[in-house]
Amino acid sequence: MEAYINGIGITSPQKTVEQDGFLSNVVEYSSDYMKCVEPAFKNYLSPGFSRRMSRILKLSLVAAKICLNEVKIEKPDAIITATGLGCLDDTEKVLNSILENNESFLSPTSFIHSTHNTISSQIAIYLKCHSYNLTFSHRTFSFESAILNCMIFLTENSNVNVLIGGVDEITPTLFDIGCKSIYKKIPKSNLDMLKEKTRGAYAGEGMAFFILSSKKKNNCYAKISSVETIYNPDDVYSVELKIKNTIDRTGLTIENIDAVMLGLNGDSESDCYYQAIMNSLFKDKILLYYKHLCGEYFTSTSFALWCCANIIKQQFVPPILKMNNNQDKPINNILIYNQFKNKNHSLILLQKC
Amino acid sequence: MQERVFVTGIGAITGIGKNTVEIFNSLLSEQSGIRSISFLDTIHKDEIPICEVKAMNDELHELAKTSLKSSFTRTALLGMIAAKEALTNSCIQNLSEKRTGLISATTVGGMDKTEQHFKDYINGNKYNDFVCSHDSGDSTEKIADYLGIKDYVSTLSTACSASANAIIFGTQLIKHGILDRAIVGGTDALTKFTLNGFNTLLILTKEKCRPFDQNRSGLALGEGAGYLVLESKKSIEDDNKNIICEITGYGNACDAFHQTATSPNGYGPYLAMQKAIEMSGLNSNQIQYINAHGTGTPNNDLTEGKAIERIFSRNIPYISSTKGYTGHLLAAAGSVEAIISCLTIKKNIIFPNLNFKEPMKDLSFSPTNRIINNVEVENIMSNSIGFGGNNSSLIFSRC
Repeated sequence: MEAYINGIGITSPQKTVEQDGFLSNVVEYSSDYMKCVEPAFKNYLSPGFSRRMSRILKLSLVAAKICLNEVKIEKPDAIITATGLGCLDDTEKVLNSILENNESFLSPTSFIHSTHNTISSQIAIYLKCHSYNLTFSHRTFSFESAILNCMIFLTENSNVNVLIGGVDEITPTLFDIGCKSIYKKIPKSNLDMLKEKTRGAYAGEGMAFFILSSKKKNNCYAKISSVETIYNPDDVYSVELKIKNTIDRTGLTIENIDAVMLGLNGDSESDCYYQAIMNSLFKDKILLYYKHLCGEYFTSTSFALWCCANIIKQQFVPPILKMNNNQDKPINNILIYNQFKNKNHSLILLQKC
Repeated sequence: MQERVFVTGIGAITGIGKNTVEIFNSLLSEQSGIRSISFLDTIHKDEIPICEVKAMNDELHELAKTSLKSSFTRTALLGMIAAKEALTNSCIQNLSEKRTGLISATTVGGMDKTEQHFKDYINGNKYNDFVCSHDSGDSTEKIADYLGIKDYVSTLSTACSASANAIIFGTQLIKHGILDRAIVGGTDALTKFTLNGFNTLLILTKEKCRPFDQNRSGLALGEGAGYLVLESKKSIEDDNKNIICEITGYGNACDAFHQTATSPNGYGPYLAMQKAIEMSGLNSNQIQYINAHGTGTPNNDLTEGKAIERIFSRNIPYISSTKGYTGHLLAAAGSVEAIISCLTIKKNIIFPNLNFKEPMKDLSFSPTNRIINNVEVENIMSNSIGFGGNNSSLIFSRC
């Protein structure tokens, strides 16, 4: 099973919509958390839609439209969305209204837009697209589940194009609550993320959409040759073994991996899980990281996939992504490795095509 | 080579029974579980009938035989009980000998605890375990850890069709050799969030839930969980197992019309049914029973009915919605109704559409309103129609 990335559209805390170069002007944050750079919605959406829809839906639709425009596809053969927490802002509105007004005076609009599948279905309504439509919502496995489902769809149907997205939004409430468990404030600059070695991760958000196809098109970025999730591993060795097996299955060896994109997030309690694997398997690799640019969120590997697809296509690694100074060389194979609480480990293997 | 996929175990907990035996007995004695609210803490207590699982969380803890009480949401507890029954029913003892996954579905996840503790989270500085149980993945992982599943876990959230889609995804994973066995289904607890949300849409009935009746006045919400064990042919042959039925077709389509209403001609449900029938290789006249989505709202039953007429024209099979028994189980609806379809195949009984009196003027057919015994149904179609136009149909076949 493999999937060609033929188009991408992404809204993120970086200037990924109105791009001037690939991560050449990085946005620095010294606020609580990282938030999407808002595109000029009027350039992409009708005023009516913009007025009616929540921020997460608008940001998602802009990303989806850019993605579809790039491949000149009007209606994809499937829409598969991944979101860890769904339409959070609307969910909070419903919850606040219920709790503050003792279950009275609730308006239906927020409830209607609060379900996790709102993003996938609003895109379908916008495109008048009746095709296969799914929404996965499983922590940091959400986006990886969507990719796997997409690869199965590509196998079951010949010559098709699937729109797949990873979407999560940050809200002030999520940040406040998250600070009691996984988040921390950005003290000085998001770019210092790895220097701090304190507890907690920087919070963030993003909406990244991809066209994954059974066939390579002219502007193809790269192909996904494997996606793997490792749940609740017994120890670090079983993670290492899974990584090796995943690479083996695609006919490659660990030596063939040119770069590794790691999900390090600056949380001292969590980043240590990467260390052992970095030392044992990836010592000589070009090591990359990305969460200092988009923050931690459940579908952040969709941001990593955008980075890596561009690295392969452009054969250029933006310095801001580099963790070490291992020598530059042609980059044909990149492994994305992310983990959450040492319970959810995931791999995406990307190849030049 | 694509693997064939079979159902080898079922487990459920709903307002009409805490396991499939109790549920079967309620279905047989035409006992609905919908009544006035007695567990959920809400101002709508005496006004809106719903179908609650008749147990407090403490009792659910006991049923699940788990000693840890701290951070199980009601959604997780219901899921644990139903999934465990499915595993036992399938006589699976050793999970590690085959690649086994859990694909679950939920709409509100841990909302039952979130709405209890939300103000504390914001105002207090006290850490509470339930901070981490809100998201959809939590209940799935709690079930996986409870059963000891490690090979694969994932969660779908497509509103009222979510567990039908979990069944589809699990089937795909086995068909394509990624898993040997999958426990698939959904779980949802009733919450103030859901009750009040649906109430603002003015689609909750204050009377009896009567799907496909001319005088239907809305849906009754329910809660519960339902899981099926799916296995590959090879996995079954290895263990010489009993088979309940085979999944021979599935279809997923989007209505792409409105966030909460189905298009007038039910185009999305029509497409889902059509795709499922096409995959099964059957003719529509080989489907002998439809377990309809049939919520009891004016919009759903009319549009689903129109779509069914378009597929089956004058040869409408037996049809019933079992939501008059269980209420609308949201993310668990698809899987619990799949389990009821399995019971129909196993026991040769079609369960009736409760409370039906007057045929709808706009439809050519009526649902079956009495128990049909000794009926050897070969193929059943089960429909799920969700908010956002997420529609899925499944076909279960005797083997």
